[in-house]
Amino acid sequence: MSGMKSDVKLIDESGKRIDGRLFNEMRPIKIEAGILERADGSAYIEWGNNKIIAAVFGPREIYPKHIQDPSKAVLRARYNMAAFSVDERKKPGPDRRSVELSLVISNALSSVVFLEQYPRTAIDVFIEVLQADAGTRIAGLTAASVALADAGIPMKDLIAGCAVGKVENTIVLDLNKDEDNYGQADMPVAIIPRTKEIVLFQMDGDMDYQEIKNGLNMALDASMKVYEIEKEALKNKYIKLAGGDSDE
Amino acid sequence: MENSNIREIVLPGDMVDLQGNKPGTGIYMEDGKAYSEILGVKTVRSGYVNIIPLTGRYHPQKGDKVIGKVIDVLPSNWVLDINAPYLAPLHVNETSWKIDFGDTGKFLNIGDTVLAKIMSVNEVKQVWLTMKEQGLRKLEGGHIISVSPTKVPRIIGKEGSMIKMLKETTNTKIYIGQNGVIWIDGETDNILKVVGAIRMIEREAHTIGLTDRIKEYLNKS
Amino acid sequence: MSKFTENVVSEITKDYIKKLLEKGTRLDGRTADEYRKIEVQRNFIPRADGSALVKIGKTQVLVGVKVEKGPPFPDTPNLGILATNAELVPLASPTFEPGPPGEEAIELARVVDRGIREGKVIDLEKLVIKENELVWVVFADIHVLDYDGNLFDASSLATMIALLNTKVPAKRNDLGEDFNLPINHIAVANTFVKIGDNIVVDPNLDEENIATARITVSTTEDGKVHAIQKGLEGSFTYEEILNTIDSAKRIGKDIRENIISGVD
Repeated sequence: MSGMKSDVKLIDESGKRIDGRLFNEMRPIKIEAGILERADGSAYIEWGNNKIIAAVFGPREIYPKHIQDPSKAVLRARYNMAAFSVDERKKPGPDRRSVELSLVISNALSSVVFLEQYPRTAIDVFIEVLQADAGTRIAGLTAASVALADAGIPMKDLIAGCAVGKVENTIVLDLNKDEDNYGQADMPVAIIPRTKEIVLFQMDGDMDYQEIKNGLNMALDASMKVYEIEKEALKNKYIKLAGGDSDE
Repeated sequence: MENSNIREIVLPGDMVDLQGNKPGTGIYMEDGKAYSEILGVKTVRSGYVNIIPLTGRYHPQKGDKVIGKVIDVLPSNWVLDINAPYLAPLHVNETSWKIDFGDTGKFLNIGDTVLAKIMSVNEVKQVWLTMKEQGLRKLEGGHIISVSPTKVPRIIGKEGSMIKMLKETTNTKIYIGQNGVIWIDGETDNILKVVGAIRMIEREAHTIGLTDRIKEYLNKS
Repeated sequence: MSKFTENVVSEITKDYIKKLLEKGTRLDGRTADEYRKIEVQRNFIPRADGSALVKIGKTQVLVGVKVEKGPPFPDTPNLGILATNAELVPLASPTFEPGPPGEEAIELARVVDRGIREGKVIDLEKLVIKENELVWVVFADIHVLDYDGNLFDASSLATMIALLNTKVPAKRNDLGEDFNLPINHIAVANTFVKIGDNIVVDPNLDEENIATARITVSTTEDGKVHAIQKGLEGSFTYEEILNTIDSAKRIGKDIRENIISGVD
């Protein structure tokens, strides 16, 4: 949150946001599972103007041996932005932000994967942001969760999430880029949909208790919608296989 | 269609109705309820509900015959890639060859292909292979392809009917490893034909009348 | 599985590919001078100033172009700048590791760059904002998404098509109206590998893994050759080199007419 002052009116008199959405509307989301040949599992997501690919490799034995965990798999997510994904060309390679996001995404994914089934291995999750438009960590995490299922990794549930934020003193769902740049607060949330456990939660900006409570409720509702889109994407890829010997 | 054989696609976290059966593979229990832990199809067999994965790596099971690739040669064993999360060692004592210490490379080298059997899998998933059984050997010549291990039963067919048809129509030798690695030997044209048929089975596994279409494909030209 | 595993080529596969080549065919049924199916998505990244997603078979490469202002190089004060960079991100292959570009990525970027630069594809003279002080810098970033062989040709093609749809963002920089990146020539790279005594174009991963020598030839529409890179440890004969150059001119023309044209 830069909290930058701008001349742009982010919400107009009729309550419409700059892209025409209402306060509780998400941007359109499209997910496709299994789009890469070499990865064990993969997914592509378009969330608003975000375009992100996630790929999963493994479980695979890791070397050197000293980084193995004899009791479980190690899940390592790596969030990376393509040089051309943002307005100003980004110098390739990790920076402090991408290292932090990789960590919170790894933690969120580890909460659902049955890591103990694969001792001594690594499950590598690579998230490439090809075009960024605010909300990339949640969109990337969403794609990663679909890619894990596509790789056949055993997990308790998928993970789904959505960010909320504060714009013109209003709590709004799923900030776009301008709202993220000029708004007052941003609060990404991700959950295990079946149990509603919160596995990713960050906030920066300026919000009070009631605003956080309202925002969290909105994020939880939105996450359940994202969950349905994730399931649809996986079923679309596999439904034919599942048809089995049944009638056609 | 029999009721016990209905295939229903499930995703991780989906609740699974056990219909009075016991939870089998691919299922976890929480608060007395059953949930799928993988993307797969539900099957009911002998009183158990299992979720059969539709994707993923090979899970080694004791007794499975697999086709592996030698990726390392050590003084008293070889290390094989069997398309599983884990590499699998094959010890010199588990072959019928008499090998002096350090002479392993004279028998199997990096890049060689072996038909072997999973001898054991322990609780931390360490896998050991053996070649001490009739028919287990180094494979030479022919061609190798990989399919998803989950497709292996379809390619073998009911009581081996599909594989039998493939072999007989094309006059080829075919070994299908449970790990999804398939070795085919014969005339080049016939190998190409078998590969085409296997890819067709992979793609169209869900359709009816597949056996007839494969037969038609094999008999044309 | 360790990274090492993926690099071990099965002897059976090696022998089978060679056997097929002796009979004049390839694993996927192609002839020696046939490409896999090429698919192009132009402007895949609207946020970039130019972009293209290219698929050759199952290989996928995304190139995004960003144009920014910056000082010229001291020895070329009246020319704009082209900077080509390649990332072999680990998402694309189990053999790619995270980290700064290794020698493979650097070789890839430099070979693509030479074809474009020496082919005078971009009219760099038209990219001067103020002589000696300020020019347009064209950053072409090659992002490999799925590696199934022949990154050279996929990357070159994606770069060329991305440049063709690049708009110089003058307006964003308060320097007048945006304009199309001035393009003088169309460069196409064709890569051949040697397997046994056979030479094939557009190697897939299996073929690339067993090849002993590789050659990439970049040509423009006037039939001129502007960049060549021989790779790997093996060798080519004198005749083989001349033949690949001749083939590259012919195949390059075909790609220029059937894949790239219709862009400008």
